[in-house]
Amino acid sequence: MESLSNRAKKLEKKPMTLAERAYLPAIFQGLSITMQHFFRAATKKQITVRYPEETRPFSPVFRGLHVLKRDEAGRERCTACGLCAVACPAEAITMVAGERKKGEQNLYREEKYAVSYEINMLRCIFCGLCEEACPKAAIYLQADKMAPPRYERDEFIYGKDRLVEPVSPDNRSKRGIQLTPEQADKLRTQMQSA
Amino acid sequence: MSLESLGWQGLVILVVFGISLLIATYCTYAERVIAAFLQDRVGPDRAGPFGIVQPLADAVKLFTKEEFFPSGANKALFIFGPCLAMITALMSSAVIPFGNFLKFGETVVHLQGIEINVGMLYVFGIVSLGVYGIMIGGWASNNKFSLLGAIRAASQNISYELAMGLALIAVLMMSGSLSLRDITLQQSVPGEWHFWNVVKQPLGFIIFIVCAFAETNRTPFDLPECETELVGGYHTEYSSMKMGLYLFAEYVNVFVASAVMSVIYFGGFNFPFQYELRSWLSSSQGLSIDAAQNIIAILGVVAVFAKIFAFIFFFMWVRWTLPRFRYDQLMRLGWTILIPLAIFNILLTGGLITTGIIPEIKQWW
Repeated sequence: MESLSNRAKKLEKKPMTLAERAYLPAIFQGLSITMQHFFRAATKKQITVRYPEETRPFSPVFRGLHVLKRDEAGRERCTACGLCAVACPAEAITMVAGERKKGEQNLYREEKYAVSYEINMLRCIFCGLCEEACPKAAIYLQADKMAPPRYERDEFIYGKDRLVEPVSPDNRSKRGIQLTPEQADKLRTQMQSA
Repeated sequence: MSLESLGWQGLVILVVFGISLLIATYCTYAERVIAAFLQDRVGPDRAGPFGIVQPLADAVKLFTKEEFFPSGANKALFIFGPCLAMITALMSSAVIPFGNFLKFGETVVHLQGIEINVGMLYVFGIVSLGVYGIMIGGWASNNKFSLLGAIRAASQNISYELAMGLALIAVLMMSGSLSLRDITLQQSVPGEWHFWNVVKQPLGFIIFIVCAFAETNRTPFDLPECETELVGGYHTEYSSMKMGLYLFAEYVNVFVASAVMSVIYFGGFNFPFQYELRSWLSSSQGLSIDAAQNIIAILGVVAVFAKIFAFIFFFMWVRWTLPRFRYDQLMRLGWTILIPLAIFNILLTGGLITTGIIPEIKQWW
């Protein structure tokens, strides 16, 4: 039958030669190939990443664990507007809003703040829409951290205790604020007075 | 034999026993590392530096696993199977000469478990008993996969033992002795240009090594355990250290097969220029004849173990290179190719001996 595509190749099925039937030359060829790999392991750099000691670098656009940012003065930026929860396609975010009281001006940036803010990391699909929706630049997906595995389901519901950026001069995330040493000292004295 | 030399011989037997076990232990580690290197991987490197205590970790794991007995299994035979496999594997290293002899004054210590004049026959007998361990274990498991593996092991070992024996007959025709020590000593005559048997018997050696792969159930002839078809083959139902014994017995078998090959075909404890070295040590270094002989004997032990390790490496190298044979291919190779080739080899050797091309061997020692 004529081939329609005209690309079919006619294969010739030749009888095997004596060398092929003896099987030994093919064995030695195979052995030499594996031996090359054996010595490659000793000479060339291995591609294996030895995980606990070495980690693969994250991509700069990697979307990992969420963080709730603070502003330059160390106040929480989040104002509990709920836009992130509305934007979330997986409905992973819930929050309770509250009003800032007198004397809490150094804790919360706006008059309204999130009393509780929870993200269920089992629901979250790490799409980053919350980050895009946030008008206060409060929520970010860190490029260098992941939600670690845990044994219980309720341990995956991250509250403010684990989401809000800790106030420490050493904590300098790759995105958001970068504190200079002077700013960090100022922040520390502010925290102590509060 | 005096009581003292009997004691020495007992010590040698203990050492040979220990070495067999130690080598089998480290074969498990070597296998994994070599497999990793051949496949561009890293291999076990967590337990200790370079993972050298990995066998210990494996042993702890195997010992602490659940002893499982399948329902309907013949319990006595189920336990007996791995024991038999291990016993037969360890017994065969008794007659292998790991060195010539050490001489301390009047005491002569032969570096060999026991010297018997039918050493080769003994090895053969024990190796063919080894299949009973697999057979009994596979049958007692009361599992169709185990039984299939056991049947395969039995038929494979019977088929390949024939070709193996025929390959050895050619060596036997040249050596005129079944003693492994005699065969070793014949391969190096002082003051003469003498070759190892592999040079005189290249075809026989190829047949022998192919059969050795089949006898030890190693890839490409590992049909009895054949993971892709038979789950685990004859040891499908085994767990814990009984499983460990089967795996261990395989490595002891590999060690024994390597030892037999290096003794019969690669000169055993002989190494090039040993007699020249001995006379040089005793004449120009001022050592006594005995001391020089002892040094040569110890170097000979090193030589035989170097050969054995090279063969063990070859076993592993082949395992991670060649795919498994199909069952009918295995049988065809054994019966229609290897056995006729071995018979041809016997005829060829006979012809060469009668025409005098292969010289008759004198007992020089």
